[in-house]
Amino acid sequence: MNALCTVFKRELAAYFATPLAYVFIVIFLALTGALTFFLGNFFERGQADLSPFFLFHPWLYLLLVPAISMRMWSEERKSGTIELLLTLPLTPAQAVIAKFLAAWCFAGIALALTFPFWITVNYLGKPDNGVIFASYIGSFFMAGSYLAIGACFSALTKNQVIAFVLSAVVCLLFTVSGTSLVLNFFTGWASPGVVEAISSLSFTANFEAISKGVLDVVSIVFFGSVMALFLFANVLLVNLYKAR
Amino acid sequence: MIAIEGLSKTFGPIKAVDKVSFEVARGEVLGFLGPNGAGKSTTMKMLTGFLPADEGRASVCGFDIATQPIAAKRKLGYMPEGAPAYSDMTPQSFLSFIADMRGFSGAEKKSRVARAADMTNLRHVLEQPIETLSRGYKRRVGLAQALLHDPEVLVLDEPTDGLDPNQKHEVRQLIQEMAPQKAIVISTHILEEVEAICSRALIIAHGRVVADGTPAVLQARSPRHGGVVIKCSLSAANELAPLLRRVAGVADVKIELSGLFVQALPDMDIFDAVRVAARQRATDIKEIRQERGRLDDVFRMLTGGASGAEILSQSAA
Repeated sequence: MNALCTVFKRELAAYFATPLAYVFIVIFLALTGALTFFLGNFFERGQADLSPFFLFHPWLYLLLVPAISMRMWSEERKSGTIELLLTLPLTPAQAVIAKFLAAWCFAGIALALTFPFWITVNYLGKPDNGVIFASYIGSFFMAGSYLAIGACFSALTKNQVIAFVLSAVVCLLFTVSGTSLVLNFFTGWASPGVVEAISSLSFTANFEAISKGVLDVVSIVFFGSVMALFLFANVLLVNLYKAR
Repeated sequence: MIAIEGLSKTFGPIKAVDKVSFEVARGEVLGFLGPNGAGKSTTMKMLTGFLPADEGRASVCGFDIATQPIAAKRKLGYMPEGAPAYSDMTPQSFLSFIADMRGFSGAEKKSRVARAADMTNLRHVLEQPIETLSRGYKRRVGLAQALLHDPEVLVLDEPTDGLDPNQKHEVRQLIQEMAPQKAIVISTHILEEVEAICSRALIIAHGRVVADGTPAVLQARSPRHGGVVIKCSLSAANELAPLLRRVAGVADVKIELSGLFVQALPDMDIFDAVRVAARQRATDIKEIRQERGRLDDVFRMLTGGASGAEILSQSAA
């Protein structure tokens, strides 16, 4: 547990040791602002809620989360520090969890820094803060799921660009799996059960379910399982590819 | 302290390590020699638990690296090939991280970091990012990291690679100072290093151990071992050669660029007899000395770089 904490602290500090953290946070905040106010018509809608703000989170994460996760393992493999890390007294699973938690915590910091939106909407009207809180929780869990996918693909290659592209594509599949674009492809021939299963894998749909305000347990469990599954695969991939 | 038994590893069609076995006791410094790609690093990676072995077992201080990896890794200090370190950290923060990982805290952590930095002469670069350090300093950071918890077993993969002669000397001195309390394995392809600091050398080729012994015993396997080198003019060499061939214990006499090489029969000390015989006739002998055999030659012979005959026909350096 102690080793896990130490790696977690080092990883989190590593984000802020390079410009990466600051560039990421600034771009994330600028994009959420631009999307909320221009595409989301925050003011024109005349409603005191943050739904135009949360609406774009899946798409923002799709672009930005693989940028956080791509270096997680591929950099360790490229620079050889993976050999140092994994010969210290800690298990590969602890290393995987520590790195993931650090990245998730970093994503949480970026998300928390969007608090001016919350202040704005509370200043302008009387929003349902329960809904907003639930949406933040949902967004945080969704970010964690994207990160777990990204971490997994980062362990697959030494090349950060490949890690980025692979994770972005897989994240995209999970993002759009509830839309007609994907479902129409299956409806013709697959049984309704299969179609429903695919649509239930949608990050967007699960995120919306949580954002409705009642903390939807099924969707929280869904995101939790996605994280657990991809982190488990991550441990396997780290063990399999560490020496290559 | 270190026990390796029938360790094997295959990468696809290549057998990188093939049933390697050895033991290292406290106080020993084992030099691990071999050409590039012979399996040195792979063996070290298996010993330190980075790679799982396909076959065989490795244990550190009695802890099996496969079944009790955490206990074994606690006893072990390891510097991987190229001394990797997190390049955006400073040596100070990097060593603190390692100290945390090793379970030190508070005053003890501080003194451990300071001691490791002192031992490796890192004091004045502690606050510079590791990526801005020269190769020699990076290597010392790697060494400091391995020494920090004063481990009983130290595994160093090419500790002096890329260092200048002064730095090499410092690192060797450091290893020698620590040697009595630890079991140390170093890999290298600098053979003078083996003669300087290793109490035992192990030569590995194509994944197999081909020689294991003290540097002196290995030197004795050279076909030039025990022979006599005589430096003289060519005319004197031509005159001496038939004479020396008749001396008891002499196997052969070869005329070389700078004189003669008198090869001894196995286990024969011919130096005195040859010297007396040569001095009787020749007038312009510049030098006469006995050859111990060079580790380089034994290395090349055992690892397939040269045959015994080729080594014999080379003139002495």
